[in-house]
Amino acid sequence: MAEVTLTNITKRFGDFTAVQSLDMEIEDGKFTVLVGPSGCGKTTTLRMVAGLEEATEGEIKIGDRVVNRVPPKDRDIAMVFQNYALYPHMDVFNNMAFGLKLRKTPKPQIKERVHEAADLLGITDKLKSKPRELSGGQRQRVAVGRAIVRNPKVFLFDEPLSNLDAKLRVQMRTELEQLHHKLQTTTIYVTHDQVEAMTLGDRIAVMKDGVVQQYAPPQRTYDHPANQFVAGFIGSPAMNFLPAKATTDNGRTVLVGTDYRIVLPPERAKSDLPANVVLGVRPEDLDGPAPGAENAIRMTVSVTEQLGHSLLVYGTVDDAQLVASLDPHRSVAVDSSIDLTVNLETLHVFDPETQETLL
Amino acid sequence: MKSALNPRRFVAKIPLHLTILVFAAIWIIPTLGLLITSFRDPTNIAGTGWWTVFPKLFSGGQYSLENYIGVLRGEGLARSFLNSLIISVPATAISTFIASFAAYGFAWMRFHGRKVLFMLVVGLMVIPLQMTFIPILPIYSKLRLAGTFPGIWLAHTAYGLPLTTYLVHSFMAGIPKDLFDSAAIDGASPLKTFWRIVIPISVPALASVFIFQFLWIWNDLLVALVYLSAKPNVAPLTVSIANLVTNRGQDWELLTAAAFVSMALPLVVFFSLQRYFVRGILAGSVKG
Repeated sequence: MAEVTLTNITKRFGDFTAVQSLDMEIEDGKFTVLVGPSGCGKTTTLRMVAGLEEATEGEIKIGDRVVNRVPPKDRDIAMVFQNYALYPHMDVFNNMAFGLKLRKTPKPQIKERVHEAADLLGITDKLKSKPRELSGGQRQRVAVGRAIVRNPKVFLFDEPLSNLDAKLRVQMRTELEQLHHKLQTTTIYVTHDQVEAMTLGDRIAVMKDGVVQQYAPPQRTYDHPANQFVAGFIGSPAMNFLPAKATTDNGRTVLVGTDYRIVLPPERAKSDLPANVVLGVRPEDLDGPAPGAENAIRMTVSVTEQLGHSLLVYGTVDDAQLVASLDPHRSVAVDSSIDLTVNLETLHVFDPETQETLL
Repeated sequence: MKSALNPRRFVAKIPLHLTILVFAAIWIIPTLGLLITSFRDPTNIAGTGWWTVFPKLFSGGQYSLENYIGVLRGEGLARSFLNSLIISVPATAISTFIASFAAYGFAWMRFHGRKVLFMLVVGLMVIPLQMTFIPILPIYSKLRLAGTFPGIWLAHTAYGLPLTTYLVHSFMAGIPKDLFDSAAIDGASPLKTFWRIVIPISVPALASVFIFQFLWIWNDLLVALVYLSAKPNVAPLTVSIANLVTNRGQDWELLTAAAFVSMALPLVVFFSLQRYFVRGILAGSVKG
């Protein structure tokens, strides 16, 4: 068990900066998720912790030890790869035992640990099989098992579920959660899937262009995104963004578009807003139709999708696209105009220049 | 199965099948003639064509092993067969061994000048080996390598390495990178990774390279003639058979038997390792 501390980490490949001055403290025993679109530097960060890439600048600490110059095998970490990276010519037992054998662990102990891990993952009957005889889910379990038997200080996962089909992915996600609950090992998990990030992480780091945009517990990134990128990345369907003009009326902040005029409650008033802002509202924070309601946004409906638990309504407001997630029992006609009320407590305002959260 | 029975598809494939049949016939008919002739009496060979045996194919008396005994004992081809083995097996093994190390290095180890060095090695393939005889022969005589088995092992290894390295490299470069990362985290040194992971995975590629290289060396006449000379104690089959053609050109029964002796081993190799052969042909183009 150990915490992982990244201090001012930068990684450059030639002229390209993959990771820029990254600072992160990963607490002992916590599950941390690095999430972001492809090319955001999340995998590079993970590989630097693993020792598979060298940091151009900065310091990586696992526990109290600076590991920048320590080879991967001596960092006391184990890694699970996206395409499993099982040794195709070895059976499951030997795949899991390989690392222990190289460390000259006594044979009875290897056997015990492999069987223990296989039990935990439900693959005991597969120990004699070759990887090619296994299904995707079983292969991933072996890959996880290979990490477990080493009993490392830190687990590293590099998009471990992205090769699995949707149903299996959800199942393995739950299993990984239970596994972490049982083992309580510090874990760093890379994914581009924000649902995985939200469900698995004790804390998540949202990355973009090699820079951490926000590093916080998942609910906080949802409720209080640090900027417009995080707001749009976390949550599904994604947050709606509408251009708006900010004015003040009787000390209350007012956001105005062609098809709406929203007056914020006094406790959310903010006097120093720039004239042009971006209004951010999540689909689930819209409600309606509410004809003629105050603080409503008028939307022209183009498509509706019935999901059973909600009704997704797509349309346009001021030439911008808008999605609303409504009560599935409402009926909304395509091509009609509807008024939607906005939850004023959870509405966000962003600076169109810096993308920072203003309100 | 359905598609195979589909009459339209069958018709569409007729030209393909015909071409294959024609090619097979072009190869098989002379080989068959060679085989039958090699078992026939010299007087019969002179009197009638080999195809005349067909009406009474299995009746006794018309075949004998005399010709084989003649070439193997009388003409000393038994010794040449052994020489061919002594030349081919070590030379092939050495070049496959070195090529697999080189290919691993070129494919997966980081060092300065890696690309340039690899281009140089592969580029050597375009140099015709005849060009090398004159500069190398004096060195060989100085080092007393001419006319010795180690000398020809060295020559065949050197001539074979560019292609074998290239073939093995293209296979090894296709091994997923994650496997190497995983091995590094598991604690395997580059050498351990090579022996315990890369080599076992590369067995099909190595086998096919071994077969190609073996057949090439087995059938080589030029290199053997230049570096070994025609002394019977070292001459391989190819050299001895070439001599036989010069000395006993009229004796068909001996020539055909000798030819079949030299074909026997490649045929065995080919039929027993067919699956590697096909994979080997694909090794350069398609991964796996």
